[in-house]
Formats: sequence, C-alpha cells, structure tokens
Amino acid sequence: MQENRHKVRDISVRLLRDGQGPPLIYLHGPAGLPGWIPFFAQLAKAHEVVVPEHPGFGKSDNPAWIRNVGDVAMHYLDFLDVLDARRVHLVGHSLGGWIAAEMAVRNATRLASLTLIAPAGVRRKGVPAGDNFIWSPEETARNLFHDQSFAEEILAHVPSEEEADLALTNRFMAAKLGWEPRWFNPALERWLHRVSVPTLILWGTDDKFLPCQYAEAWRERIPGATVEMIRACGHLPHIEKAHVTAARILRFLRGNAS
Amino acid sequence: MKFTFFHLMPYRPLDMTARHKHRAGWVVLPNALYDPKQGAEEYQSYIDQLAYAEELGFDIIAVNEHHQTAYGLMPAPNLIASALIQRTRQAKIAILGRALPLINNPINIAEEFAMLDNLSKGRIITGFVRGIGNEYHATGINPYFSHERFQEAHDLIVAAWTRPGPFPFEGEHYNLRYVNLWPRPYQTPHPPIWIPSMGSSETIRWAAAPERRYTFLVTFSGRELVARYLNLYRQQAKEYGYEASADQIGWASPLYVAETDERAREEARAGIESLFNDFLAVPWEMLMPPGYTSLPSMKNTMKMRKALGAQKRHSLEELMESGTVAVGSPRTVREHIERLREATGANHLVTMLQFGVLNDELTRRNMELFASEVMPHLRN
Repeated sequence: MQENRHKVRDISVRLLRDGQGPPLIYLHGPAGLPGWIPFFAQLAKAHEVVVPEHPGFGKSDNPAWIRNVGDVAMHYLDFLDVLDARRVHLVGHSLGGWIAAEMAVRNATRLASLTLIAPAGVRRKGVPAGDNFIWSPEETARNLFHDQSFAEEILAHVPSEEEADLALTNRFMAAKLGWEPRWFNPALERWLHRVSVPTLILWGTDDKFLPCQYAEAWRERIPGATVEMIRACGHLPHIEKAHVTAARILRFLRGNAS
Repeated sequence: MKFTFFHLMPYRPLDMTARHKHRAGWVVLPNALYDPKQGAEEYQSYIDQLAYAEELGFDIIAVNEHHQTAYGLMPAPNLIASALIQRTRQAKIAILGRALPLINNPINIAEEFAMLDNLSKGRIITGFVRGIGNEYHATGINPYFSHERFQEAHDLIVAAWTRPGPFPFEGEHYNLRYVNLWPRPYQTPHPPIWIPSMGSSETIRWAAAPERRYTFLVTFSGRELVARYLNLYRQQAKEYGYEASADQIGWASPLYVAETDERAREEARAGIESLFNDFLAVPWEMLMPPGYTSLPSMKNTMKMRKALGAQKRHSLEELMESGTVAVGSPRTVREHIERLREATGANHLVTMLQFGVLNDELTRRNMELFASEVMPHLRN
C-alpha cells in the first residue's frame, strides 16, 4: 500500500492506494479515513483501490470554500478530472456515500458504477437517525456495532494525543458537513433519478445511526438500484462484516465490469 | 460600583431523582417534568423579585435566554423584559443576552430590542451572546458556523440600528434586500451592548476593539479567571491605544448574605449545589459541540478536562474556595467583592441572588441584606 499526498486545484489531500485492475475509489465516512483495513485489501485483489481523505479531515487541507457536501462533491469531480480516471467504480460509506451520490447526480461520465454503504444524504420521515453528536464516546462505540466485541476493543484502546487530535479534527468537519439539516440534503432525493450508472445499496440490518429503512428511499429513487441487507451488522459493514461486504461489492462489480 | 440583579428563572419544582435519570437538565429532559401550574407560580415569583430589586436600589435588573431546559425558563427573554418595563420606573433593564447565531433572521432581534427601547424610553441594555453549546443541540443550528453567524448578525443588527434605511445587507448567512427598521431605537446611537462571556481571548479582542468598546462580563468563573480575563480586556484596550473605563468591565456571580458565615452556608447550600450539579451540569458532548470554539481552544479545553479527571459533584465549599460563589456574612461577601474589584478595576457587579432551588423567602432576605449591608459600602 502506498500513502502519498495528492493535489487537486488548491487542496492537497492524503491518499492511500494499492492493487491493480479497474479503478475503485472509496469515500470514507464521518469518522475519517480508517487506515488500510482488510476490506480494502480484499477489494485490491481485483481493483486499483484509491482511498482519499476528504478535505478538512485528518491531514488533508481544509480550505474555507468547502462549506457543505455539495462543495466536497465538486472537489471530487475535479479529483476525477485530475486523475483523468475513466470508468471508475465509486464506493462510499455513510458521509462518503452521500458525497458519492451528490457526484453521480451532477456528472457520472467518469463513473462505471456506484456502491453506497449505509449512505447519509437522504432521510425517511418518521424514522429519525441516531444523534451521533450527543452520544458519549461509549455510546458511539456501542451504537456503531451489532457485535459488541468490536465496541469493547475500541473502548479498551487509549488514544494517543495525535489520535485524539485527529479524531477532534474529523468531528469538527463532520459537524460542518452534517449537523444541519442533520445528515441529509433535502434536494438530493429530488435529483436521484439522474444517477445513470448501475447502483448497489448495502445496509446493516442493525444500524443504529442511519436506520436500514432508509435503503427503501434510495431504491425507490435510483433507477434500477439493487438493495442488499447485511444481517447482524451495524453502521460499519466494511469493518464489522468486512469479508461479506467486500465479496458482495466484488460480485456486483463483476456483473457490471463491461 | 453599579449593581445588577440578574435572574436565570430556574424551574425549582423539578423532581431531581427523575432529572438524574437523564443525561442533562437540558434538551432531552422530558417536558412532562414541567408542571404549568407550578411553572406559572415560578414566573410570578421571579418577576416580583426583579421588580423588588428596583425598590431595593439595584441599578439594573437583568434576564437571559436559554432553550429547552429547567435551568432557565426564558427562551424568549424579551417577553420578560417587556413585563418588567411595565413594573418598573428607573432601573435599567438588561437582556444578557440574546443568542444571535440561533436566529435565522437577526432583524427580529434588532426589531424587538428597538421596541423595548422605545417602550422603556431608553432603559434597555442589550447583551449579545452565542448561547452555550447545549443551545445548538436544542435549536439544530450548526455550531461550526456559530462564530461566523454571531459576527454577521452583530454587524447586521448594529447597521439596522444606525444606518438610514432602507438599505440592502449582503452577507454569507444573511441576505436582505430591505433593512429598514420601524421603530428605530430610542437611545442614540443605539442601546448599550454588553458581552457576557466565559472569557475566550477571541471574544475579548473583539469586544475591546476601539470602534466597539463593549462592556465585557465574565460569568460563572472562579476569582482567578475573573481577574485574568478582565485584566486581559484592559491589556487589550491598552494595545488598541486607549484605557478601558471601569464601566467597560464586570463579572457575574451567585452571592448569598446572612447574619453569620455559618448561617449563610447553611441557607445557601442546597441552592448553590443544585445550580451547579442539577441544573447546569451537562456532558461534554452537549456543552462543547464541534466547532462551537476554535479547534485549538477545544483541544486545550479537552486537555484541561483530562487533567482534572472525572467530574464529580461540586460542593459549596469548593465553589467558595475557588471564588466562583461568595457566601457569608455581609463582611465576608463585601471583602470578596472588594478584593476582586481591586484586582480588576471593574465597576459592574452582576449579582445572582436567587440560584438553583433557593426559595422565595431566603431570596428576599438575601436581596434585602445585600442591598442594605453590602451595596452601600461598595458605591463609589
């Protein structure tokens, strides 16, 4: 795996990449770039996997002009232009899924497919999202997973000063993008019919942050979208059910490789 | 010195056992715990106390704004200010303050203050605040943009008060084709603006700027922090090339006076301890939503908090020791105030003489003793 910096217009971001094959770009969730997890390694067996850190997160630049998810989506359309990438498989989790959808409704010409894992961006009235900004660190760890052994592991870890600083930086940026309206863009669902590439929606059945009932709203609005549920899984399928999640994505991408 | 009688209007009948089944007395505390019959009595008692403060010779009576909480029953403090205008004749009425970033059209605030200023024929003092972190959970406003919205709302309100209208306002958060206030404020150029604050250096620099010179109040802090922040303000004014006047600075503090130190402690204990432990205490995630302060100040606060260890209940003795509250005989309380006045040169004392569950009778006695045994000795 290589880690380097990548410059797009005035923004320098951190980038992880590995593997060979058709390009796959993964957009991370509100907690930030997770490091090179087994999920990425599995995808990298069939794809060139590119994992950028969003502007404002971690060690990427935080320009003042990035004020909402639409701005981040525009940054990533520039990013695709700079890479001169063609037929990109775009995968986004949570906040990253929201960004991916905002890109796809604007310009899908460089995209081959769209995979959204428990995406933010659309809500369903009457089914409130969990309030991640009011949860204590312990509640957060517990609410993110179905299998509490993952939470125990996080809670047993004492973060270094640098880890704590990065987590706070990510939390600030998550608030900037997701606080209000809380984790959705009211206009996005009106635009989703414009997603013109094959789309897969994956959701954990025990997601306490963004409830899996939201999957229906996405399926109804994106033409031909497939929804697959991941059983006994919380908000982070790529961590909690890494193997199953990667396998489902690879199967979907094989079917849409042409 | 000038004396302000300040009220939070806490909901005293709160069932404290039920309260502690929830993460805070704010935002998520079920409002089934509010009984309108008892709440209505609370409003009446508190408005009586504020009106009585004028009779006792306080210069200013003051109210404030908080949302969705038993800590204070004034989500709309201008309503109380309006009632007080009709109940009083000379006292200034301070609204400390309105939380500017929480309102989507700050013209509403400019208009209401202008109305109050007219209704009172110029007895209004306005306070501009950002609200505490909890308020961003209560209203849904994004804390990341709190500073930006505060600055911009301030600029809009002051422009609306002072520039001939109609004129357009072109901002990042607020855009108005017509700014044209009817009525204009009674006072010229506009009602005084006070800045109550926990003491961030950014706020001090901004409030002390020569074109503003806003009265700066440190709230709910120990004596060392009060002295540090007020002196920082004076220092900042010097750096701007002028000497801050004594009327430009002050501090706010719960105070309790009784005949003896022992009696004062005994009578004030439940009220003080409930204020800090039952009404005010909230978890970090509510008090400090991301973006509410700058990233470096949030990092500092987190380190300080880590060093302090797990939060436990504050005792009256600890709060007296740090000088966050002063409780004792008239002499004890007088000396506490004199020491801080000498250390800071401040001319404004914002007294909180009702706090937490302190009942009406003790509140009245406290007010009377403070007015007769403490205030006269500290008048200039």
